Amino acid sequence: MNYNWNWSVFFDEAPGGVTYLETLLGGLAWTIATAALSWLIALAMGTLVGVARTTNVAWARRLGTAYVELLRNIPLLVQMFLWYFVVPELLPRVLGDAMKQIAPPWGIFLPAVLCLGFYTSSRVAEQVRAGIESLPPGQRMAATALGLVPSQVYRQVLLPSAFRIILPPLTSELLNLIKNTSVAFTIGLFELVGAARSMQEFSFQVFETFALATLFYLLLNLVVVRVMSLIERRMAVPGFIGRSPATEEVTP
Amino acid sequence: MNFDFDVIERSWVYLFQDGMVFTLKLTIFSALGGLFLGTLLALCRLSGIRVLAAVAGAYVNLLRALPLILVIFWFYFLVPYIGAWLTGASRPVSVGGFTSALITFTLFEAAYFCEIMRAGIQSVPSGQVAAGSALGMTYRQVMAKVVLPQAFRNMTPILLTQTIVLFQDTSLVYVLSLTDFLGAATKVAQRDGRLIEMYMFVAIVYFIMSYAASLLVRYLRQRTGIVR
Repeated sequence: MNYNWNWSVFFDEAPGGVTYLETLLGGLAWTIATAALSWLIALAMGTLVGVARTTNVAWARRLGTAYVELLRNIPLLVQMFLWYFVVPELLPRVLGDAMKQIAPPWGIFLPAVLCLGFYTSSRVAEQVRAGIESLPPGQRMAATALGLVPSQVYRQVLLPSAFRIILPPLTSELLNLIKNTSVAFTIGLFELVGAARSMQEFSFQVFETFALATLFYLLLNLVVVRVMSLIERRMAVPGFIGRSPATEEVTP
Repeated sequence: MNFDFDVIERSWVYLFQDGMVFTLKLTIFSALGGLFLGTLLALCRLSGIRVLAAVAGAYVNLLRALPLILVIFWFYFLVPYIGAWLTGASRPVSVGGFTSALITFTLFEAAYFCEIMRAGIQSVPSGQVAAGSALGMTYRQVMAKVVLPQAFRNMTPILLTQTIVLFQDTSLVYVLSLTDFLGAATKVAQRDGRLIEMYMFVAIVYFIMSYAASLLVRYLRQRTGIVR
């Protein structure tokens, strides 16, 4: 191996007047921002669709299933291109033009967040559905017998326990989402992989660059796992041991 | 806005003969390679030899924590150096795009297949291993003739599901400018200025293929489910 190692490259100046280390840290910040905003969309849409698939309303169930199948059977990269290139053209002209005229980093950030949010929501929806279905049917019956209307049954009885059960699989979905933000690099988002690519092209120090990017991803993983297990412990209901739904049973 | 879907009619031979064949070849070969390597890794993790289990576990956890795109870039730059090291050449060996992608996806998928096979091996009751040993079978015989055949059978639906995920993930070779199905479509789209029509067509084709495959897996699961 005749590769010239140079670990001090991170403190050299990158194009743009910052050090390479700051370039990568900037990428990390974009990764976190993209993942955080997408996660909000994913949780909101995922809960809505997951609930829809467990209701007694036939058309809501069918619509929920179609939503999940559509998003799970198209590669994420293709979805990213659809949001970036195709959606602005299909929207009404005023809206599409507005979307195309957003200033550079945000014009990429918005479609990336929407794409990742909706893609992840289909996976969250599957977990929410599995969580609700793993509850004893008696809970729904008891809540209904007490005179709660369906929206109350979900908000006050089913969802609070379902979410506690599915926290571990939701953690891995969040980890997947963080990894998936790297796909936004293909439409030009300057997230961690994008920053690493740019640093590698300017500094020629391929392996140092990717090593630090790898380290950042591992640290991010570690932080998420820690925080989620903290939340899990704080949220735990004493004496309540939830059966966790079989996560591997979920089809793509 | 005017659509021109003729572009698909003009290019579909190229799209499928070059692009889709590349995608399917990459999917099938790396699924088989990944399954083989993943099973070996699973056996290592369950071997009870602590060093072997730790190394295999570290490999699997590392690759599962990284985004596929980063792994693709890692191997794209690393493989020429490993090639030089293996063959004793003084310069990095140039490796074709397909070979590089195949190595990457095989090694990456091995980590995921390993976890599936580990669950599969653990789904075989441990009494069967004891019974095999009591009959005088060696460890290798117990694994090859008793445990693994059942593990494969129990895990077939999940292995196939993972392969569908892999089929979709191969589209990421786009970042190496290779001509897989999406890559071929992108080339045509950019040449003819028809991004919208092409990407919609690509999405529809991927959807039909993945959805049909997942329905097939569901059917297979119902047909072959072992009643215990």
